[in-house]
Amino acid sequence: MFKSCEELQAKIDQYTKELESKFNGRDGKRYIMLCGGTGCIAANSLGIKEKFEECIRREGLEDQCEIRVVGCFGMCSQGPFVRIFPEDTLYCLVSEDDIEEIVERDIKGNAVVTRLLYEDPVTHERVAKMQDICFYRKQRRIALHGCGIIDPDRIEEALGCGGYRGLIKALSMSQQDVIKLILDSGLRGRGGGGFPTGRKWQFAYDQESDAKYVVCNGDEGDPGAFMDRSVLEDNPLAVVEGMAIAGYAIGAKEGYFYIRAEYPRAVARVRAIIRQAESLGLLGDNILGTGFSFRAHVRLGAGAFVCGEETALLNSIMGQRGMPRPRPPFPAVKGLWDKPTIVNNVETLATVPYILREGLEAFTQYGTEKSKGTKVFALGGKVRNVGLVEIPMGVTLRELIYEIGGGIQNDRKFKAIQTGGPSGGCLTAEFLDEAIDFDNMVAHGSMMGSGGAIVMDEDNCMVDVARFYMNFIRDESCGKCTPCRIGTKRMLEILDRITEGRGTMQDFDDLEDISSACKTNSLCALGQTAANPVLSTIAHFKQEYLAHIKDKKCPAKVCRNLFSYTIIAEKCKKCGLCFRNCPVECISGEPGKTPFVIDMDKCIKCGTCMSSCRFDAIVKE
Amino acid sequence: MAQLSKTAVEKIEGICDRHAAEPTPLIVILSDIQKEYGYIPLEVQEVVSRKTGISVAEIYGVVTFYSFFTLEPSGKYVIGCCLGTACYVKGSQKIIDQFSEILGIKPGETTQDGLFTLDALRCIGACAAAPAVSINGKIYARVKPSEVPNILAEYWKMGENAKEGTAHV
Repeated sequence: MFKSCEELQAKIDQYTKELESKFNGRDGKRYIMLCGGTGCIAANSLGIKEKFEECIRREGLEDQCEIRVVGCFGMCSQGPFVRIFPEDTLYCLVSEDDIEEIVERDIKGNAVVTRLLYEDPVTHERVAKMQDICFYRKQRRIALHGCGIIDPDRIEEALGCGGYRGLIKALSMSQQDVIKLILDSGLRGRGGGGFPTGRKWQFAYDQESDAKYVVCNGDEGDPGAFMDRSVLEDNPLAVVEGMAIAGYAIGAKEGYFYIRAEYPRAVARVRAIIRQAESLGLLGDNILGTGFSFRAHVRLGAGAFVCGEETALLNSIMGQRGMPRPRPPFPAVKGLWDKPTIVNNVETLATVPYILREGLEAFTQYGTEKSKGTKVFALGGKVRNVGLVEIPMGVTLRELIYEIGGGIQNDRKFKAIQTGGPSGGCLTAEFLDEAIDFDNMVAHGSMMGSGGAIVMDEDNCMVDVARFYMNFIRDESCGKCTPCRIGTKRMLEILDRITEGRGTMQDFDDLEDISSACKTNSLCALGQTAANPVLSTIAHFKQEYLAHIKDKKCPAKVCRNLFSYTIIAEKCKKCGLCFRNCPVECISGEPGKTPFVIDMDKCIKCGTCMSSCRFDAIVKE
Repeated sequence: MAQLSKTAVEKIEGICDRHAAEPTPLIVILSDIQKEYGYIPLEVQEVVSRKTGISVAEIYGVVTFYSFFTLEPSGKYVIGCCLGTACYVKGSQKIIDQFSEILGIKPGETTQDGLFTLDALRCIGACAAAPAVSINGKIYARVKPSEVPNILAEYWKMGENAKEGTAHV
């Protein structure tokens, strides 16, 4: 139990030294870090750990090595990773079979296994250190501070990596000064709304009430985004600390984490860190003898996208259907159990300790005039380097896609980048040199959103993408207000018709009408932004819609009714590979005798035949 | 309507008691029941209602609002096809269609033999593994439609073995 700030600070200094000595090798050991992110675990990083331990035991190197599974390294497409200190060598795409060689040559022989280093997609040079890899070079880790560095289950590592210094600093300031600092920092809500965090805090601070609450919105619902999950899993103490700072600033004694039930590991990590923090006196009554008391609780989301909306989220915490209500009153005035409540996103709260700890300039040096600091994106889709990236705002889309993302997979052509998920929009090649920040993205008809960034290439049909998002929103509309409930359903029906080749020009006009009705008349942001994916695809890809409606063709050959597979008889070598691989047995012919033929009535257009043909005899048209 | 056994009722009441100190405990109770039983049928909701004083209508409203709560039991193997955007743009629709076609069930349904439930998942955060499929937590990366029959065969076999195992007992 820490009884004072001085006592904690002394311990923090000790932990910091201990952690540093792992990385600079002063503890006399090789420190082997493995990535424990979902992507790497799916790619067998735990099997790799076992193999490592086995090899090291066999070689009698236990005293000279320490192996640790830490949080996500971010560059998921290159995992599983092995990172070895003090040299700071990063091995990518490691398999169990590589471990013997790494132990033999690197751990024992102090040489680098070059073939496992990252290969730059442009120069084809091998890069040994993480910070020299194009994916990491432009990144600045503020919200992701400590992620992929510390062992999230050990609070001493989090404390040694900057943890709780922000709260110690805050506790030495007045509540109003903390709020002013956050206001001056220009920090805006990272969940997508972009509302100034300091102003939210000020509203809640100004309320007279016997109880106030801080809520951490961890109901990350944008399909294709997993920033918040990573922070909660990889450095949960940073979010707990941010929440405690917010609690101190507004005068709240209780905080609630609202985390998706789909993230069981994040839930377990947050619960574990709360328990550890309580046992050390970092949460609870009279924290560090300062008189400030704060407790944190965990509530699970139960699978409803609309609960990302703050009033719906609060209803859900209160055990009700997660439906939004009109604002005002805003939660800062009337929130949980009608008490003043602030709702901040995970990434926002994880950023707060940094601002306190490192000071205003350390934060405001990054970003643009009105969007300070950094933003985490889950970069996915058709880029080479898929993963989690934190970039200073102001970085251009081109830098994000081509430098950090390493360009488009298989050298295909870039078509669009979709940001903001089901509430956002897409931007095309002509916007590649635009800076990424809250206002600039909106100015160009998209939004930064919570951080999903999906890159699409020429094989993606934008009408189909719009249909995909509309299907999502139709499913997730809570049904409370009519424009959203019925509007999204009707828009989906229209998009279904268009992608099935039954669309008319009237549909096209209706789509625009319903979109604007939905936008202006819905109760909450879910409905107000539901049409964004439609409107932005219409704005940038009108020709593609027209091709579906007028020519009954899907230019990207995605919409099943609007293309077919054909075997070119002259090219067919009669090998029968397509025939054997077809899952619905719709290909007929005799191996070695006659060219094969596809029965289009039975074909489900899965494309297996085309990818299995070795002679390019099957075409999509 | 099926009758709940005395022990089942006591267990559900125990879950309600566990959260008695909460100001608004309904979702926490339902989460625990879903975790314990795998679904929340009406008769269970009635027990919760008697114990907490919350009306069955309200409980039913909450249960049906959230996709995490179900009124029907799930299959032994829950096949979750990720339909997050990153997976979708890499062809996950074809994967789920293929599962659907072979199993003869739509997403959200369970096979007659109770072996498989097919689910469309939002995003499991394994975007580098896109298109990804998660079966009882095990993640299959970069799945191709042609691999679906083999994946299913693996579980059919496991299901068969399990049946034989119980036959011996």
